[in-house]
Amino acid sequence: MAPYESDDNTPAGEVEDVRDGRRAAARYVVPVAVVGVAAATIGLVPAFAGSGDPTLPKISAQQLIEKIAKSDVQQLSGTVKISTDLGLPNLGGLQSSFASGALGKGAGGKDGSAADPSSKLLELASGTHTLRVATDGQDKQKLSLIEQAAEYSVIRNGTDVWGYDSASNSAYHSTAAGDHKSDKVTPRDVPATPKDLAEQALKATDRTTSVTVDGTAQIAGRDAYKLLIKPKQSGTTVGAISIAVDAKTGLPLKFTLTPASGGAAVVDVGFTEVSFAKPAASTFDFTPPKGAKVTQGDDRKAGEKAQKPGPKGREKAERGAEPKTIGQGWNSIVVLDTGSKGGLPSASSSGNSTASGFLNSLGDHVSGKFGSGTVFSTRLVNALITDNGKVYAGAVTKDALLKAANAGK
Amino acid sequence: MSQVELVGPSGTGAVRRPNPLWTLGLLRSELVTTFRRWRTLALLAVLAAVPVLVGIAVKIQTSGGSGGRGGDGGPAFITQITNNGLFLVFTALAATLPFFLPMAIGVVAGDAIAGEANSGTLRYLLVAPAGRSRLLLVKYTTTMAFCLVATLVVAVSALTVGALLFPLGELTTISGTRISFADGLGRALLIALVVAASLVGVAALGLFISTLTHSGIAAMATTVGLLITVQILDQIPQLHALQPYFFSHYWLSFADLMRDPVYWDDLIHNLGLQVLYAAVFGSAAWARFTTKDITA
Repeated sequence: MAPYESDDNTPAGEVEDVRDGRRAAARYVVPVAVVGVAAATIGLVPAFAGSGDPTLPKISAQQLIEKIAKSDVQQLSGTVKISTDLGLPNLGGLQSSFASGALGKGAGGKDGSAADPSSKLLELASGTHTLRVATDGQDKQKLSLIEQAAEYSVIRNGTDVWGYDSASNSAYHSTAAGDHKSDKVTPRDVPATPKDLAEQALKATDRTTSVTVDGTAQIAGRDAYKLLIKPKQSGTTVGAISIAVDAKTGLPLKFTLTPASGGAAVVDVGFTEVSFAKPAASTFDFTPPKGAKVTQGDDRKAGEKAQKPGPKGREKAERGAEPKTIGQGWNSIVVLDTGSKGGLPSASSSGNSTASGFLNSLGDHVSGKFGSGTVFSTRLVNALITDNGKVYAGAVTKDALLKAANAGK
Repeated sequence: MSQVELVGPSGTGAVRRPNPLWTLGLLRSELVTTFRRWRTLALLAVLAAVPVLVGIAVKIQTSGGSGGRGGDGGPAFITQITNNGLFLVFTALAATLPFFLPMAIGVVAGDAIAGEANSGTLRYLLVAPAGRSRLLLVKYTTTMAFCLVATLVVAVSALTVGALLFPLGELTTISGTRISFADGLGRALLIALVVAASLVGVAALGLFISTLTHSGIAAMATTVGLLITVQILDQIPQLHALQPYFFSHYWLSFADLMRDPVYWDDLIHNLGLQVLYAAVFGSAAWARFTTKDITA
């Protein structure tokens, strides 16, 4: 017979075998119940958290857009979560090495520093990332990309711009020297915050677009209006853009781009935490730690100009002729003549024939009046690279892209 | 088993009711037994050696030329050690947390009940008026004490080596801001506590496995095997939906304490997950241990 613990007063009896079994079963209920409660909590809490849409006074779409335009948030700190799902194949290390190869070439064949802001841009193009932003007035900004046990920060304080990569303990320094517009590395130029993206989206609003106010939401603990932007044209891959605008300050708090094909959002950028208090002054102070490798940015300016991603996406080749735009509104397509025969300029000119072959295998071969070429499809952007070196890219469907290419010939 | 039965239910409540202080006595004797074992001391010695090795390796590698860093390889924070010895604490914890520390915990936790059963001492422990729940609690507390001691051994050893080989002083957080050395030391202590708390889940798992078998070796091997399996599964991208529930998934979040301001989300996930594992496997161990037949 099984022994009992002394503080258990169940008397010994003939029916103990049965009781033992029952009691054992009863005790195993405890861990099972703990698992059940935990599962219920994990499953139900997000469902309840999303249900409390705040009631706010009615507002028209026009008023809301004006509210965004008038928004003048000078001091801000918060956490931004960025999820991008472009439907790019997950190339893992290959992708990053290819990217750094391409970007390194743009910088005149010089090895890019790990702390160089432009080399970090590509990382944001896929997966989920957490960013921290802090800003205090016009000339103090900080943007940090949170990585596993490391962090990458771009800090702008006055005319100094620092990039610091803690994983490799290397820093990047450049001076803006008052020339704000031409400086390539200010945090502003990285369209990372919902505000930047909202501005981009609102620039595109014209008669091809319908803009409506679509209820309210609670974002990062703040009441917000939801602005829904929908293309009226067909042929674009963009389904809808939803922007959550803080009801008090007019600051866009969340930006979601859903594709016309449905499914998960292609781009989803939103504050998970936001505060409008003045960030501590020390946030923007940066002195490179002892032993850190510091790259000066001034001698790299020429290279950066070439490698700055275009406004319509990073799919454009990083050098070559000025791009043309055909079509209008959501259906505009960027056309770029790289002039290099044989297509796939980035792969072939990097002298890596295996990469070229590999890239060809990712695309679909097509032919038409424009000749023949390869279409690379993502969930948002489709790009056609013809064999005579022309690149057509846009947020349009493959059919619309081919039609434009045929017409353009 | 009949021996235990004789003392078990026959006693009347008033006489047999154990003194609350008795638990402390039991705990003290358990702690002394555990920490006096050669096995435990050897484990602690191995743990203390890791930061020494890392420190010397970094020193040798960088003494040839100041620019001799090897890039992105190696555990977190390793590139910062040369400019501040305090970073050796973080590097050492990041290096030992994935395997050395949980393996040591697995050995101690796996041995807790099964080892006693194996050597035939478990029934004598139960003869004493402690009660099974109480004994289990004492065993778990001892294991957690070992978690804390093991982590502190790594941290103190790393701090000593770091202070001897590298300069100390103001340090740069991974967000790029500067904090004073005292602040850094405080964060190092906090990180050590978080690392110790990260091991609570493994400790509970090991204790549960320990109640399932009579062989101490089998329990240790199973715990360490599970640990390795979970670590491998955590690397497989196809399982990303499950990974947030693996006890090791948020382990490296302790590094978030070195951000400025501290990024709490993953730290809270980690601690919550450890509490969940402790509750599930602790209660499973209790259900198993209080109802099973003690035959040895």
